[in-house]
Amino acid sequence: MAEGAEKTRAPLWPCLIALTAATGYLIALLAAEKQTLIISLLALGIAVVVAAAWFRLLEKVRRSFADHEDTLGGFAILAALVVAAFFHEDHFVLLLVITVLLYSVATLGLNVQFGYAGVLNFAGASFFGIGAYTSAVLNAHTALPHMVVLLVGGLVAALVGSLLLLPVLRTRGHYAAVVTIAFALLFKTFLEVNDVLGGPQGMQVKGMNILGWSFNDNIEIGKISLSFYMNYFVISLLLLIGAFVVVRRLERSWIGLNLDALRLDETAASCFGLDVVRWKITAFLIGNFLIGIAGALFGMVGSFVAPNNYTFADSLILVSILLLGGIGNPWGLIVATIIVVVVPEKLQTIQEYRFLLYALLVIGVLLFRPEGLLPRPVRRYFPEWRP
Amino acid sequence: MTALLEARGLVKRFGGVLALDGLDLAVAPSEIIGLIGPNGSGKTTFFNVITGIYAADAGGVIFDGVDITAVSSRAVYRAGISRTFQRSRLSLPLSIFDNIMIGNHKRLHQGLWFNLVSRGEFKREFEASYRAARALVEVFEPALASRMFEPVVGLPMIDRRRIEICRALISEPKLLLLDEPSAGMTHDETAELMNDILLVRERNKDLTIIIVEHEMGVIERITNRCVVLNFGRKIAEGAYREVAGDAQVQEAYLGVA
Repeated sequence: MAEGAEKTRAPLWPCLIALTAATGYLIALLAAEKQTLIISLLALGIAVVVAAAWFRLLEKVRRSFADHEDTLGGFAILAALVVAAFFHEDHFVLLLVITVLLYSVATLGLNVQFGYAGVLNFAGASFFGIGAYTSAVLNAHTALPHMVVLLVGGLVAALVGSLLLLPVLRTRGHYAAVVTIAFALLFKTFLEVNDVLGGPQGMQVKGMNILGWSFNDNIEIGKISLSFYMNYFVISLLLLIGAFVVVRRLERSWIGLNLDALRLDETAASCFGLDVVRWKITAFLIGNFLIGIAGALFGMVGSFVAPNNYTFADSLILVSILLLGGIGNPWGLIVATIIVVVVPEKLQTIQEYRFLLYALLVIGVLLFRPEGLLPRPVRRYFPEWRP
Repeated sequence: MTALLEARGLVKRFGGVLALDGLDLAVAPSEIIGLIGPNGSGKTTFFNVITGIYAADAGGVIFDGVDITAVSSRAVYRAGISRTFQRSRLSLPLSIFDNIMIGNHKRLHQGLWFNLVSRGEFKREFEASYRAARALVEVFEPALASRMFEPVVGLPMIDRRRIEICRALISEPKLLLLDEPSAGMTHDETAELMNDILLVRERNKDLTIIIVEHEMGVIERITNRCVVLNFGRKIAEGAYREVAGDAQVQEAYLGVA
């Protein structure tokens, strides 16, 4: 029986167990230092997932997840907090966690564009970079509150992205993708020759400061000291939650339906009154806005921006996260982001072969699981709702 | 009586081919018209020109007193014309409900605020739409009504046709264009589908239908009047029996003896 048809609700516990196990596993992986231990942990992780699939346990988890998605969302936030609390003094791990959170926001943006509207954007890293450069410039030259700077970063990315609207709307499929590739190359060259923006050396970004609370100071509460990255962790998590809710609601609305309809069959969609241009523009702008905000915050986290951080290769990584996670499934994107960001960072031995690994991973996914690790389920406007 | 749809001197060229060659056609309100003719005689092109997929090279179309010759597909739909496609054009990965809602576009609120923020209001509209869609599906196939949130991809051809017709009917159009509803189905399935269409007609007597069909049994049973096309021109018009006996029509279908 297909999903959504079950009248009785699946129990919550399979999913809770899976989430707890995953959180514990992630903590162990992040804490591990020795390469042999990391390799064994990765092998163990793959073995457990394969075994669970073999014994049809994953199906139980999926059902339980489908019926309790909102509750599980709350537990996922808790899991993120637990991970951060465990590593509250560890700069390196927290930075890695923040990277996962902000890359997830960016891929959610790409997901709106490609997963829903079918507009493939190969300039994701460029729009991320536009956000980062915006916060670099604004923090250096203006006294704009930093929360506003984040918003402006998103708006500037959307605005610059609208330059691409005309070519993207006039071309279809692969040709539209080529336009975005051209933009990605153009963007990097533009940064490199632009002295105002620091040229190839890039520029410093002032750290975040909200109402006098400086994000770049370590936090001392009594005897406990927290890494300054905890500040950024909290705000990144809030940003991800916000972006996630927006994208989820978008999918579960008539707008999400419009985007699916135009992606699958533009002609049929316009025969039923759908304004293809309007909705493609909406999706493209929303997507770039999300990517831009994430980039603006990431610029402040890293305190430095340079053209080499926003290359076409980085855009490809974002797209590969999308393919790996399951196009159109926000949860899948987060899982894929964790894999793509954390594994190469921990597995130092493969650092140089990162791209080789990504390439193999993407080819493997496309061959054996074309819908991604967590395929997108059929739309349910209100998961708890029953006819 | 004024016509609901009136095409005058409609011309559509594809390179050197005249797909429509000065076609005149008038359809009265609540009529069921059969549009027949051999393959390539311009039937589907006629639908595509009316619905704004192709622009006419000459001539005009008046619908409900409004000139719709040069307007977009969207505007044609808003004016009250819905259609099905010869080769089923459902969005296969989407659910039955989603596919039907695509046809309900003009009656759903499309604002960003309504969809993303006012979820309470959205939910009311969603529930009302669900009831409407379910009631419509029940007319065609009660078994499908309990499977509204299953993807269309797993359904057999007849169910897909039913959903396509539901998608066209959900917005309560004035004119329904059916492009070969029997394509890809068995004789019995076609008969069943036609009964369902007549049932919908029973409930809504104002609904006007133009049907393109190769199964003459269907045409004979449900149409009031037939229009026969050949090489983009109207070669005969009248009740099915008269038209079927027409020498020119027989020649178009069978060739000259």
